Amino acid sequence: MPEARGSIPGTRSEHHTVFYGLSTCMWCKRTRQFLESQGVKFDLVYVDLLRGQEREEAVEQVRCWNSAISFPTVVMDDSRCVVGYKPEKLKEALGL
Amino acid sequence: MSEEIVIPPEKVDALYETLKRWAESTGYNLNPDEEFTRGLVEGLLINRQRYGYQSCPCRLASGDKRKDKDIICPCDYRDADLADWGACYCALYVSDEVLRGEREIQSIPERRPPEGRCSWDQSAQREQHN
Repeated sequence: MPEARGSIPGTRSEHHTVFYGLSTCMWCKRTRQFLESQGVKFDLVYVDLLRGQEREEAVEQVRCWNSAISFPTVVMDDSRCVVGYKPEKLKEALGL
Repeated sequence: MSEEIVIPPEKVDALYETLKRWAESTGYNLNPDEEFTRGLVEGLLINRQRYGYQSCPCRLASGDKRKDKDIICPCDYRDADLADWGACYCALYVSDEVLRGEREIQSIPERRPPEGRCSWDQSAQREQHN
């Protein structure tokens, strides 16, 4: 069982990257694995593992980027996001 | 705070076999990528333990069964997504085309209607890559 939040180390730290996912979702798992394989440093939030106010706040953060509140949602530099498992779009957004 | 739910592999195997038999007898196909599919089946079992019902492992359940009934697996959106994308939202189920290797599955857009809108008015200025 993964932790609800984490900071994943990586050599690519040019962008502030936040991954919002569900611990039970395989597309989220693939997205996390992709970011890790590319050496991207990112913050990780498994929204389904949060409770109460903390969960509501995380949902609101995701909603601001993605009104469908779907996962994974990856937010970069508080200015752009990629929804779903989209390696090519992540590469483009992160300059990989 | 994280919860600790551990699903024994034999429970994953049992539900996987049940879903596979049920799918084959009703004209549906489970995703042939076994590792991926078993991961989803484990997610269904985790959700059953968390919420009391097998909600979609790729959607955030509310914990209120009445609100989540459309996303209890098989979800209300399965057939439409199979027709349009060759897979349901989480990709537990795939179309015949996918099974024959004639179409690849991908992460697809959410068809479920959104709950509400962002109260933070800057969202319109932001860039989203769907």
